[in-house]
Amino acid sequence: MSILVNKNTRVVVQGITGKEGSFHATQCKAYGTKVVAGVTPGKAGQEVEGIPVFNTVVDAVKKTECDTSLIFVPPPFCADAILEAADAGVRLIICITEGIPVNDMVKVKRALRGRDVRLVGPNCPGVITVDEAKIGIMPGFIHKKGVVGVVSRSGTLTYEAVHQLSTLGLGETTCVGIGGDPVNGTGFVDVLPLFEKDPETQAIVMIGEIGGDAEEKAAEFIKKNVKKPVISFIAGITAPPGRRMGHAGAIISGGKGTAAEKMKALEAAGVMVVKNPAEIGDAVKKALGR
Amino acid sequence: MNVHEFQAKSLFAQFGVPVPRGKEITSPEAATAWANELNTPVFVVKAQIHAGGRGKAGGVKITKDKTAVAGLAKELIGKTLVTHQTGPKGRQVHRLLMEEGANIAKELYLSILVDRDTGWPTFIASTEGGMEIEEVAAHTPEKIIKEAIDPAVGFQGHNGRNVAFALGLQHIEPVVINPFVKMLGNLYRLFMEKDAALVEINPLIITKEKNLIALDGKVSFDDNGLFKHEDVQKMRDLNEEEPLEIEATANNLNYVKLDGNIGCMVNGAGLAMATMDVIKLAGSEPANFLDVGGGATKETVAAGFRILLKDPNVKGIFINIFGGIVRCERIAHGVIEAAKEVKITVPLVVRLQGTNAEEGRKLLAESGLKLEVANDLWEAAQKIVKLTGKAA
Repeated sequence: MSILVNKNTRVVVQGITGKEGSFHATQCKAYGTKVVAGVTPGKAGQEVEGIPVFNTVVDAVKKTECDTSLIFVPPPFCADAILEAADAGVRLIICITEGIPVNDMVKVKRALRGRDVRLVGPNCPGVITVDEAKIGIMPGFIHKKGVVGVVSRSGTLTYEAVHQLSTLGLGETTCVGIGGDPVNGTGFVDVLPLFEKDPETQAIVMIGEIGGDAEEKAAEFIKKNVKKPVISFIAGITAPPGRRMGHAGAIISGGKGTAAEKMKALEAAGVMVVKNPAEIGDAVKKALGR
Repeated sequence: MNVHEFQAKSLFAQFGVPVPRGKEITSPEAATAWANELNTPVFVVKAQIHAGGRGKAGGVKITKDKTAVAGLAKELIGKTLVTHQTGPKGRQVHRLLMEEGANIAKELYLSILVDRDTGWPTFIASTEGGMEIEEVAAHTPEKIIKEAIDPAVGFQGHNGRNVAFALGLQHIEPVVINPFVKMLGNLYRLFMEKDAALVEINPLIITKEKNLIALDGKVSFDDNGLFKHEDVQKMRDLNEEEPLEIEATANNLNYVKLDGNIGCMVNGAGLAMATMDVIKLAGSEPANFLDVGGGATKETVAAGFRILLKDPNVKGIFINIFGGIVRCERIAHGVIEAAKEVKITVPLVVRLQGTNAEEGRKLLAESGLKLEVANDLWEAAQKIVKLTGKAA
């Protein structure tokens, strides 16, 4: 078992003929992911590493029965690409692209509301179910099949945590990058119940950061609904207010969204909050009584 | 990106939001010329810096004497203003906004931004105009009115009426209700069409003549949306930005200057923040946030070194790279090459982990460079803090 994606997931890569798209489509395929199609308008008939390219997502769905899209389309065209995937009947859309205008995402999020489709991202590393499907830009080899579900707003910081989990022999089930943008498709509160239900996941690592109140919302949810141990690290305790720290969503504004507030809310919900990012793995080990 | 008040107000005017007659002024002569043209009983001269609290810091002058404006302009231009938002160093004033005065009957607060929770653009309004909205929200949350706008259909009249009646405009001044509703519609258009991150009017006033006027204005833009708007890009004022941050942006680096002693260079924003945090845990303070991005190369590392070393506070450098798609041995080469080009004058700790980390560490150890290599994040943080001494 796992969440969101597995060995049967059939992936279409939008923007497959670009530099990033072709590189990562190849990497995902090499990991064992069923990458069955690519889309670049005007390039139908071409192939990327044996993956057929189509002009539209509709064509890709018709010919290959792909059910999940991985998007590398540049920011100005990305809102369109997400909506194209949704309209074509793809059930899961994973958007890697960084730099999409917030107001574009406002419209996309509204358009997807109430529809049977999930968007993960944008500005995220993607989703990986260990040894089954890697749908994103994370390095596959640092992952090891195991018992910990990981959900995070960050990329390389997630790799750091995963590396610790793998090195300690705990391993992961599925790792979900929800992305660093202020308006995104999937939040902590969407992923937590999936991990809670997944029989293979024994503990959950949640990596947050300054900005917004997704962690506070997650704390409320955990308190009521999550029985499995949750271990959390929140990046940015040293971040100054009013400054955007790399991620578009990582900003303390009007005194709200500080790391300290988030840690407090999570601790009050019974989450084990780790202050030192080098100790995430150790904390999980302890929580699992190993 | 932030812009000045005079720029915000020119956008307001463009979108049909009433503002006082005013003009950007950069010399005493221009002040006199504009005063003659304005021909109004009261002149307001406002320093233009990207920070609030200008009034309290002496950055806003009011006079009824047309001949006094040149003197006021002379006094303000070149002056350094220290407000609660500028930090102790303050900000030098390069330009002014000079406008007509207004007869204030009532001050309101109005802003629009995206509520991150719902993902909908949301108006925030209050009858407590002129105060900081965070203060109002903290002490009298019942005085904060929120109205979310459905982005699928955009602003509707009822959205405006909801805010107007919740504010009690029917008791305060009924004749402004219709213009108020229209103003909210115009602000929504400005917000969406220009990819703004925040549009704030504080105070929005009702004058004794029963007109609505945006007496102050603040607009900031979503950096991700700037590519759509050449007119907005032109409003950028480099005087308002940290020189090292301008240099970093030019090199495609994400850099934020802080006040500590340990410069850090990291790939990825989350890991960069976590690295700052771990430096603090180890007993020192980070000098900056620096994300060199996913594809750290010799060029980006060299640019990173140059920027870090230009900060006189930097007493040591901590490079923390988690090699994913980027292989560590390539980053090691980058560090070695960059260190040849840029003279590194402070202790350096390099922590490499992930793809080909061992090869990378070996390359660094054999490079003859004066640096310490580390495997683990905590070990690396302790090393750099030990080498530079704890923060005072």
